[in-house]
Amino acid sequence: MKKEIQVKQLETDVLIIGGGTAGCYAALTIRENSKASVIIAEKANIKRSGCLAAGVNAINAYIVKGRTPEDYVEYAKKDADNIVRQDLLLSMSQGLNRVTKKLEDLGLVILKDENGEYVARGNRNIKINGENIKPILATAVNTLDNVTVLNQVNVIDYIVKDNHILGAFAIDVKNEILYEIKAKSVICATGGASGLYKPNNPGFSRHKMWYPPFNTGAGYAMGIRAGAEMTTFEMRFIALRCKDTIAPTGTIAQGVGAKQINSKGEVYETKYGITTSERVYGTVKENQEGRGPCYLKTEGISHIQDEELKKAYLNMAPSQTLKWVEAGKNPSEQNVEIEGTEPYIVGGHTASGYWVNNNRETTIKGLFAAGDVAGGCPQKYVTGALVEGEIAGKAAVVEVEKQTRLQEQTHLQSQTYLQDQSQSQQDQLEEEPLIKLKKDEVEGILNFVNPTFTTQQLEEAMQKVMDAYAGGIGSNYSFNEKQLELADEKIDQIIKLSDGLNAADMHELMFVYELKERLTLCKSVIAHLRARKETRWHSFAENLDYPNKSDEWLKYVNSKVVNGKLTILYRDLVERGETYEHSN
Amino acid sequence: MSIAINKEKCVGCKKCFSVCPGSLIQEDENGKAYVKYPKDCWGCCSCVKECKVKAISLYLGADIGGRGSQMTVETKKDIVNHKPIMHWEITESDKTVHAIDINPKSSNQY
Repeated sequence: MKKEIQVKQLETDVLIIGGGTAGCYAALTIRENSKASVIIAEKANIKRSGCLAAGVNAINAYIVKGRTPEDYVEYAKKDADNIVRQDLLLSMSQGLNRVTKKLEDLGLVILKDENGEYVARGNRNIKINGENIKPILATAVNTLDNVTVLNQVNVIDYIVKDNHILGAFAIDVKNEILYEIKAKSVICATGGASGLYKPNNPGFSRHKMWYPPFNTGAGYAMGIRAGAEMTTFEMRFIALRCKDTIAPTGTIAQGVGAKQINSKGEVYETKYGITTSERVYGTVKENQEGRGPCYLKTEGISHIQDEELKKAYLNMAPSQTLKWVEAGKNPSEQNVEIEGTEPYIVGGHTASGYWVNNNRETTIKGLFAAGDVAGGCPQKYVTGALVEGEIAGKAAVVEVEKQTRLQEQTHLQSQTYLQDQSQSQQDQLEEEPLIKLKKDEVEGILNFVNPTFTTQQLEEAMQKVMDAYAGGIGSNYSFNEKQLELADEKIDQIIKLSDGLNAADMHELMFVYELKERLTLCKSVIAHLRARKETRWHSFAENLDYPNKSDEWLKYVNSKVVNGKLTILYRDLVERGETYEHSN
Repeated sequence: MSIAINKEKCVGCKKCFSVCPGSLIQEDENGKAYVKYPKDCWGCCSCVKECKVKAISLYLGADIGGRGSQMTVETKKDIVNHKPIMHWEITESDKTVHAIDINPKSSNQY
């Protein structure tokens, strides 16, 4: 029997896509500043969705006593070797302590000294118990008036007309419903993308990865398709993690001062440098040159440190504690083996994402981006994502007010001019095919017969191509131009095949859309890697044809789809004291 | 990395269905929870924490060195001060149990 999908139409002032860190905070901000109605569309459930599901080990972006927001900008700029937006970094850094206070007020436990001051961990971090950080945010959102949380509703496409956002289409993950959500303003807070590359553990534990496997790059893909300008996808992120469990290393490195050592026991981190990408690169090189595996040197730490580490991991990455306990060896008795992950695209750590102005408005009018999906502003971590949610939330409120005024004016005019009535009917007629097209598209996948391939097969094919030809783990994160060209061709082939997939139910339908999102993003990542003809960041973008960096490349590599074609454009750096604004 | 659901302990309350960030847990024909896509589990333990009857436990896949131990967690009252604690239990395949208690009101030391 042919499956049919029910269409539900909703209207709101602000639509927030994704109820993770940034999305939840945007909702809180909007309610504090306006009476605007809000819908949060969340593919899972906001209680534990997004990056914070298991918890977080520390607040990693905080201006500790004696430091300034400008210091933070400088740190992020150095770590990304200058390819950052200093205007965005500054506006983020200025809000870090404000949102931290708010989190504490909501119930987050933060370690304080006898004077009531937060206890710093290094230059930018403070110590917390972050196990319940997401439920804390979710509870605050769930108590807000006139904020509707649509859990298990997955947004699949924007509705854009004349480069202005009008809302989005979404599918229910369980029931056969297609939503058309009209909004005066939209905040994209979907997070970044995992799953483009073959993961560390491609078998049963394929989703045991650093970044949430459910963050599929939907926000990037929807933006790319709608013609938004995007930036710096070539700055991929590779995390240095505990082997197998892919648990964080920072807690051990910073917490008990463990150094990176090779199998000969030599400390190698100082040889390669200590930026995020250099720490990964050093580990790759040591392995390549026969001195692997690499470790964090924990042998010899105290029994108390063992116990505190096990507790700290239970509060953010429980599998690591499980591994220590079932191995019967504490970190004090056995160094912790480390490895680099597969590459991710994540604007909370690198500068990949939407090209935005300081209000976090994208080049699509009325569409804002916050958190991992927004570009130009790396080293956000949790608090930076919250600040971006705050900035985007405030800007969305202003946009709603503007749209409301415009609509009132239009309404007044239509009372004056009767023919506007027919104009409005005309508009409705014009818009109807869009929802019909989307309904046909969705039903086409649900009713597709005799598919040759499954979604999972194509996902594996995509990950293998990216691994082998676009700098995955298998090629030590490096690539050359010929390989990138092949990657592009092969991804094109898989994109064609992805039009012949079937979904047995709504969950599988989400899988089909997630694959398509990843494929769209793969194309952009490849195009960006090809465009930056230098190696500015080891491992993150290791171009073997251009192994050195050059001042010629002190510029942004941006891209957008123009007349159906992905086009690269370059922009000058926004330096200290400058503020970028969209020019039209 | 995945979770194991003990069908005998599961009471069919469905709380784990909604909390999973991948919506991976569904209802079987007997009204009990099962993991529809085991390879898609992130290992975040959201469901393990949500399950009030300790029917859900985390284990490490053999491909990442797992040795068959299972981990659960419950919120209990501390016997001394009666304040809530998170009581984690790791049960090895030979039934040896290791317990770690965490006070949710105390911060990580690292």
